[in-house]
Amino acid sequence: MAIVEFKEVSRVYRNGDHEQRALDRVNLQLEEGKFIVILGPSGAGKSTLLNLLGGLDNPTEGTIMVKGRDISTLSANELADYRAASVGFVFQSYNLIPTLTVIENVALVKEIAPKPLSSHDMLKAVGLADHIHQFPSELSGGEQQRVSIARALAKNPDILLCDEPTGALDSETGVVVLKLLLSMAREMGKTIIIVTHNQNIAKMADVVIRVKNGKIQSCEEQANPMSVDEVDW
Amino acid sequence: MKRLAVKNLLGRPGRTAALFFLVLLLSLTLCGGGLVLSSLRTGLGSLENRLGADVIVMPAKAALKTDLDTLFLQGTIGPYYMNMSTVDKIAKTEGISRLSTQIFLSSMRASCCSIPIQVIGFDPESDFTVSSWLKESRQGSLDEGRLLVGSRVNANPGESIKLYNISCPVAGQLQPTGTGLDTAVYCTLPTIRTLMTAAEDLGGYSSISGDPSETVSAVYIKVKEGVDPKDVADSINVHVRKVKAVQTRSVITTVADSLSGLERILTLLIIAAAVLVWLVLFAAFTLMTGERKKEFATLRLCGLSRGRLAGLVFREAAIVSLLGSAAGVGLSFLLVHAFSGALGNALGLPFLLPSAGTAATLALAALFGCLLAGPLAAAVSARKLSRADTGLILREG
Repeated sequence: MAIVEFKEVSRVYRNGDHEQRALDRVNLQLEEGKFIVILGPSGAGKSTLLNLLGGLDNPTEGTIMVKGRDISTLSANELADYRAASVGFVFQSYNLIPTLTVIENVALVKEIAPKPLSSHDMLKAVGLADHIHQFPSELSGGEQQRVSIARALAKNPDILLCDEPTGALDSETGVVVLKLLLSMAREMGKTIIIVTHNQNIAKMADVVIRVKNGKIQSCEEQANPMSVDEVDW
Repeated sequence: MKRLAVKNLLGRPGRTAALFFLVLLLSLTLCGGGLVLSSLRTGLGSLENRLGADVIVMPAKAALKTDLDTLFLQGTIGPYYMNMSTVDKIAKTEGISRLSTQIFLSSMRASCCSIPIQVIGFDPESDFTVSSWLKESRQGSLDEGRLLVGSRVNANPGESIKLYNISCPVAGQLQPTGTGLDTAVYCTLPTIRTLMTAAEDLGGYSSISGDPSETVSAVYIKVKEGVDPKDVADSINVHVRKVKAVQTRSVITTVADSLSGLERILTLLIIAAAVLVWLVLFAAFTLMTGERKKEFATLRLCGLSRGRLAGLVFREAAIVSLLGSAAGVGLSFLLVHAFSGALGNALGLPFLLPSAGTAATLALAALFGCLLAGPLAAAVSARKLSRADTGLILREG
């Protein structure tokens, strides 16, 4: 079943007379519970795709259906509600609030999301149950990224959007984070969408989407994706 | 979100302290400045009430030596006296409704006296300037040999003050006026004449001439309705020798003019300081909100609406502003109360703290002024920031 459907979606940025078509009549269908990797060079439109799917922006043309609901015409407040309920974000920078402890950073979403999961359970799931009272500055980069994943998951979203989630991590820590994300798809049935430059990550994906010049160049399903350990990092 | 606001404040103690101090400064400027201005106005009002008389007549020598403008701020006119026969001549002037005499005497800084102080003797039967004040202060009758003390005289009812080796029990303490009258003691004419005799015996008052029972320091006159006090004063100055009649309105007007000038300068200074601090505060909140754009973008990304984000920032700023302005208001009251005497002396004007109602209004105005600055600046900045590209902010890290 398609959890996400892009129909003729375009996003045009205008600056005076200059017009930039970041996405150009994109059509796309993404299945639920899949581990999806979006590849493409800088400026290809990956981030625009993620912004539209994440409810951070509205398309100029076309419709975006998420679980059967059109999100392309939602107002700013409706998009905020959509983000609170349906999508979680993980970025290259961890974006944790420095004045809050690990558990407080995760529990933050409990006051925002309509159906949150236990903060303790999420931290346990990412292997940080022993660090709940520490502050972000006391954790390593990999640990901070795991906190940000726990925070994204604690909202209990249908889709987890990850923008270069391993970009700031060494390969060893990156593998740990990718394993964690993969298990979220396999064990929790979440749809994980990763935007990256890293071709290796694509080897473990169920679906690989290549974007270039604002268009979908290819959308391939991989019948037998590699396990994280099989990939040569 | 309520806990998040407090957590954020506690988690950044340096920033919170800086904002607290700025708000305190603004509140101190608004409330403290307002209190000083209000105290000066109240002091002038009190001076008007206390004077009561339309015309005051004093010995010409005293008028030459005494700065009339500060006559009633000082309380007395010094060691100059006139004879009772002069008072009889004054009493014959047309247009006088009531007339009362007072005698002023200064105690000595010597072993004979507990404290250096001005003693004012008045006639309770004819008096119309001090008696109403005594009634306001709810003091009982003033028997011979007993004293009423001004609000700033350090003696309590039941205690005694030694003046010229005579021990005078304190019958009560008067309400403050904000003028030099607060540092004087009051007694009846027989009591002060006894003290004058004692002063002469000790050689403390060589300028007292004649029989103390036949001398007075000043004559207070209330004119009949419809009579111009100026006509009465002029008539006395023309017909009675060796005295000077002064309209109290002219004293009040001079003080009021001084106050008005000072009030304008103070008001301008307060407004300038408040605007400056307000701008700094606004800039500080705006800058700090800008510094936290990543944090706000994270919250927006988690699904916090613009309104709720602005609410969170508003709450944080409101907590700091409330605490800072409350501390500023408290400090204003403390400082103005502690230094009211020094302020009055330094400004050379009557200085009396305003009523509780006026003080409360000033405090509320200061709180409101402070709450207009910080929270508004923070909420406006947060709302502006929430319109920025959240995804871009977070990708940039």
